[in-house]
Amino acid sequence: MSGHIVEAVNLNKFFKRGKGMLHAVENVSFTIDAGKTLGVVGESGCGKSTLGRTVIRLTEPTAGEIKFKGESITGLSKRELKARRNGMQMIFQDPFSSLNPRMSVISLIMDPMRVNHLYHSKEERYAKARELMDTVGLARRVEDSYPHELDGGRRQRIGVARALALEPEFIVCDEPVSALDVSIQAQILNLLMDLQDERGLTYMFITHDMSVVKHISDEIMVMYMGQCVERAPVDDMFENPSHPYTKALLSAIPVPSIEWKGREPQILRGEVSSPVDPKKACRFAPRCELCMERCQSEEPAEYEITPGHMVKCHLFDK
Amino acid sequence: MAEILLDIKDLVVEYKSELETVHAVNGINLRLNKRETLGIVGETGAGKTTTALSILRLLPDRVGHIAGGSVEFEGRDLLTLPESEMRAIRGEKISMIFQDPMTALDPIMTVGDQIKEALELHNHDNKSAEQIDRRVDEVLEMVGIPAYRRTEYPHQFSGGMKQRVVIAIALSCEPDLLIADEPTTALDVTIQAQVLSLMRRLKNDLDTSMLLITHDLGIVAQTCDTVAVMYAGYIIESGTIDDIFTGERHHPYTVGLFGSIPNLTVRAERLTPIDGLMPDPTKLPAGCPFAPRCPECRAECERGMPPVSEMSETHRICCWKYSSAEQKGDDGK
Repeated sequence: MSGHIVEAVNLNKFFKRGKGMLHAVENVSFTIDAGKTLGVVGESGCGKSTLGRTVIRLTEPTAGEIKFKGESITGLSKRELKARRNGMQMIFQDPFSSLNPRMSVISLIMDPMRVNHLYHSKEERYAKARELMDTVGLARRVEDSYPHELDGGRRQRIGVARALALEPEFIVCDEPVSALDVSIQAQILNLLMDLQDERGLTYMFITHDMSVVKHISDEIMVMYMGQCVERAPVDDMFENPSHPYTKALLSAIPVPSIEWKGREPQILRGEVSSPVDPKKACRFAPRCELCMERCQSEEPAEYEITPGHMVKCHLFDK
Repeated sequence: MAEILLDIKDLVVEYKSELETVHAVNGINLRLNKRETLGIVGETGAGKTTTALSILRLLPDRVGHIAGGSVEFEGRDLLTLPESEMRAIRGEKISMIFQDPMTALDPIMTVGDQIKEALELHNHDNKSAEQIDRRVDEVLEMVGIPAYRRTEYPHQFSGGMKQRVVIAIALSCEPDLLIADEPTTALDVTIQAQVLSLMRRLKNDLDTSMLLITHDLGIVAQTCDTVAVMYAGYIIESGTIDDIFTGERHHPYTVGLFGSIPNLTVRAERLTPIDGLMPDPTKLPAGCPFAPRCPECRAECERGMPPVSEMSETHRICCWKYSSAEQKGDDGK
């Protein structure tokens, strides 16, 4: 079955700050097809985690609509939402702080099933949890261990097992491999991709690492200061990056190959400005080399340069 | 012939507690020539930071101790120097940039005063207060921070700016050797690019040599002249960056590291990670420390630590696969 499983329309999330409103997510729209992965990249503070949480209503959106399997979940009451939530789960960034240190591995995995009254008996939940441990590659001998006894990779496997416990169709993965060493990171990425193949899962994969996002995604969205500045299918994004920010982001990655040695990356001036009450203009203008006059006074629209490739930049206004 | 600045021989470092001994560094040899950059790569717990701290003798008191070897810097063994002479070397001859700029700075001291502190401590030619003040401004401008911001506190700076301040402090006395321990790990990529480019430029301008510790092979490729790959307290492969990044013959762990990085240029269907985990440094295996995870493990690997095989004048691999008996009949690269 194909078709959109998740759809976000003009999603906004503002936080109240003493000085004004912090625009964490602003007018972001996207769709994700069943069984596909949308990668969301950006630097710290660009709103990618807030977007991930808002999509499954862990934080309430300020405005906009989210549809899950064609049904709007923005207007649902808490109870109605809870029933739908089983279908949407989240894997968190930090396997060190997202697990209750006083629960053993097996009870951590059984917990989501208990809370949601899945299965009739504890025995069934226990059997299911052990099955999940096999699925995510956790040895059964660690079932009575506590999180602090395990390394980061194993802890993240617990996080994956917990997310899978409710048999979701859609999982938001918020930087699931950022805290891990490369050799362990590769193990977890492979696990996530295998699970997707076996179970037809749909992912929203949030990361700051361009090479990881390229590896796992079908479509990529680049965020800058709460807005989506470019969105494209993965190959398009890497062959033809169009927004000046995307280009700079790609050029800033140190490539592990010596053919590139001595190449000075295109270095961005300055830093991200304040997202509190930003003025109506291109957010990237102060750091952009190609900044024009209208960039400082007028917010760019989204232009579709090739099918499915959207860029939010005045340069493409033809 | 390049001049040797730093020569580490058979360094062994242990952390001892009542219950156990952590074998953090197990007899490593490293050599850094003047004006060059040596990269140490490896994963968490490989012993990279411990090596750096041992050079400066900054290991945690009582727990960490150097069990053997020597660290020769400009011909003198730093491990036998009295503490008073060591203090003169730290910050002046050898300085260090730490990983986390958020915690490396004193939150209740202005940025200018923190730079000044380093200059005053190493003020041998009796510079006047005005001269030192002028030098603070100079150093700040050098790392791209306007001098008027010297009266501000660390919390008023962003992460990238804080790391620039740390670099400014480290370079204020124009050291001969700069040790940078994961200097950009806590920063975003565009800011990382700014900081790395700044470090490369200053290193050239000031004729400084650098020991760069990182887990990112990309940074190594773009920044270093020579590389040492560490695993479980051993250097398992070392050489020039050409030796490590090209050629067919590598340590299986190095191959595994490269296989684990998602490639930006070629899209692979699956990554080829290294199975298993790094061994517990309190109970290292008897043989090669990588043997339990190695896809090419054979009988002799579990018996003893492999000898170092010289593949070329610069390229060394510590693996039974390349030990002398087998090298015959194996033609070059």
